[in-house]
Amino acid sequence: MLIVEDLYVKYYTRRGTVSAVSGVSFTMQKGEMLAVVGESGSGKSTLALTIMRLLPRNAVVERGRILLDGIDVLKLSEDEMRRIRGSKVSMVLQDPFTTLDPLRRVIDQFIEFLMEHGLDRRSAEKLALEALESVGIPKTLAYSYPHQLSGGQKQRVAIAMAIALKPSLVIADEPTTALDVVVQKQIMDLIDTIKRGGTSVMLITHDIALAIERADRIMVMYGGEVMEIADKGTIMSRPLHPYTQGLLASIPRLGSDKIPESIPGYPPDLRNPPKGCVFHPRCPYADERCRSIKPQLIEVEKGHWVKCHRVVKA
Amino acid sequence: MSLVKLDNVVMEFELGTFLSKTRIRAVDRVSIDIGRGEIYGLVGESGSGKSTLGRVSLRLYKPTKGRVIFDGIDITDLPEGKLRKLRKRMQLIPQDPFSSINPLQTIGEALIEPLLVHVDISREEAIEKAKEILEEVGLTPAEEFLTRKPHQLSGGQLQRVAIARAMLLKPDYIVADEPTSNLDASIRASIVKLILEFQRRFNQALLFISHDIALVSLIASRIGVMYLGQLVEEGPAKSIIREPLHPYTKALISAIPLSEELGVERVVLKGEIGNIANPPKGCRLHPRCPFAMDICRREEPPMIEVTPGRKVKCWLYVKR
Repeated sequence: MLIVEDLYVKYYTRRGTVSAVSGVSFTMQKGEMLAVVGESGSGKSTLALTIMRLLPRNAVVERGRILLDGIDVLKLSEDEMRRIRGSKVSMVLQDPFTTLDPLRRVIDQFIEFLMEHGLDRRSAEKLALEALESVGIPKTLAYSYPHQLSGGQKQRVAIAMAIALKPSLVIADEPTTALDVVVQKQIMDLIDTIKRGGTSVMLITHDIALAIERADRIMVMYGGEVMEIADKGTIMSRPLHPYTQGLLASIPRLGSDKIPESIPGYPPDLRNPPKGCVFHPRCPYADERCRSIKPQLIEVEKGHWVKCHRVVKA
Repeated sequence: MSLVKLDNVVMEFELGTFLSKTRIRAVDRVSIDIGRGEIYGLVGESGSGKSTLGRVSLRLYKPTKGRVIFDGIDITDLPEGKLRKLRKRMQLIPQDPFSSINPLQTIGEALIEPLLVHVDISREEAIEKAKEILEEVGLTPAEEFLTRKPHQLSGGQLQRVAIARAMLLKPDYIVADEPTSNLDASIRASIVKLILEFQRRFNQALLFISHDIALVSLIASRIGVMYLGQLVEEGPAKSIIREPLHPYTKALISAIPLSEELGVERVVLKGEIGNIANPPKGCRLHPRCPFAMDICRREEPPMIEVTPGRKVKCWLYVKR
């Protein structure tokens, strides 16, 4: 369904060139939820924006290929991409209402979006109301203004717009980070039902516990690179990358007596990434090889990919 | 004996223009006390009033009603001049260090300032003390950090500066208001551990405010749960987590990823936290609560002590 091959994305800034995504490759199957887990600066959001072709102007895709249902996304014209956005791939943001007009009713903006994709006004309104109802937004709220909605309701509207045209892939970028815990659960339950309806979901999150609870597979990113990919059971029981192990140890566990561990040091400066393995300055096991040679992402067992010199193929 | 005692505290704010004023009651009749050397965890969602309560306890806000007692002194009505003497004994670690540290000051200046205000020492001595504390919070070489500006530091480093500044005067009481929620997961624990090191060293009373009940349960000896301005449950951390009583506490625990293994009854609430300006009648949770009964809609439940030290504000536990 989605194939990303050897993707490199850079930002050109006044203070230097930032290697935001470096050599990322992975695939997604139809109807699966893949969680892309990483901290700030890991490249996870840049990856999402690249797939959506919504990168800011100072960003350049240096290399790589993105195939969505066989379509070579990076080769499409702006016009062709506009047609695909929303209908084949769509995105739910952390705060979707920064992109919506606060002065226009929710339904009007929804209708306009659908009409841009070729629907007439009557069928657009009908479809909008159906989509909103399916996410628990009643008709009365559909005709209100964005500021009249709570945070959770706004996110429901954003999800309704993302799924209205039945795309094959929905990218949810930290969809619950701005919400309170109880509402987070409600929204994640909703995203779960979308997935069960057959839509593939890419869940972008900093929260590895949330990823384990919700996703089928997990891809861990750090410093713009993929560190590990595996199904969630494997990530939980046999994480092989020291960074994944560190992230898991950093979760505060209910009912435990132990204060979680943190990973020493700070994320890398991607204007000037470390030589060798990008994680080596924070890795407890780093040796000479890690400091000089970049490891390859290798498949250690079926479906379990790791980028670490210490791991050898079974 | 408790070091910090809040007795039936009410905190109201007036919002809006003079034509359409609304009074909101951010904190409604809350009593808690924190002993010397004790860590008290205060949890709740945004809008629960937990941050406001923290600021009242430091007397950064003067409560509308109720008393604030610090080390046996009633500081509720103390004038600012007299409060200043006590201020150095109580400090706040804020959520966002970028907004609490003057962006134009160097880190050195930010650290020296409180020393010169509160302690009778020379500038040179203050610089020495600033260097010492920077080393203690792990920002080395300290000379280098002294001359840096906030924007040259990462969020985690700047939070260490905020902790350094709070701990400089060896306070007896610390309020840490969501000190890690703006930070990446991999460095959160190190910030918490740093706060705990000082807490133990100076035997401080620590009010740790967080929306993360899992994190709080690991460090606090007691937990208080707030909802829409009120304290709804309080007790020893272990028993709150293993046997939560209030439906809201149960829902908070149920909402945490990977919490099933704990075996706590799963409770899912409808809707979202209401508007504090117009709280529901009766029990404030009743519109969202799956167990709501008739009385919950009509009358506010009393806070009852189920077992010694274990309190809950819910009609389900009132014997009638």
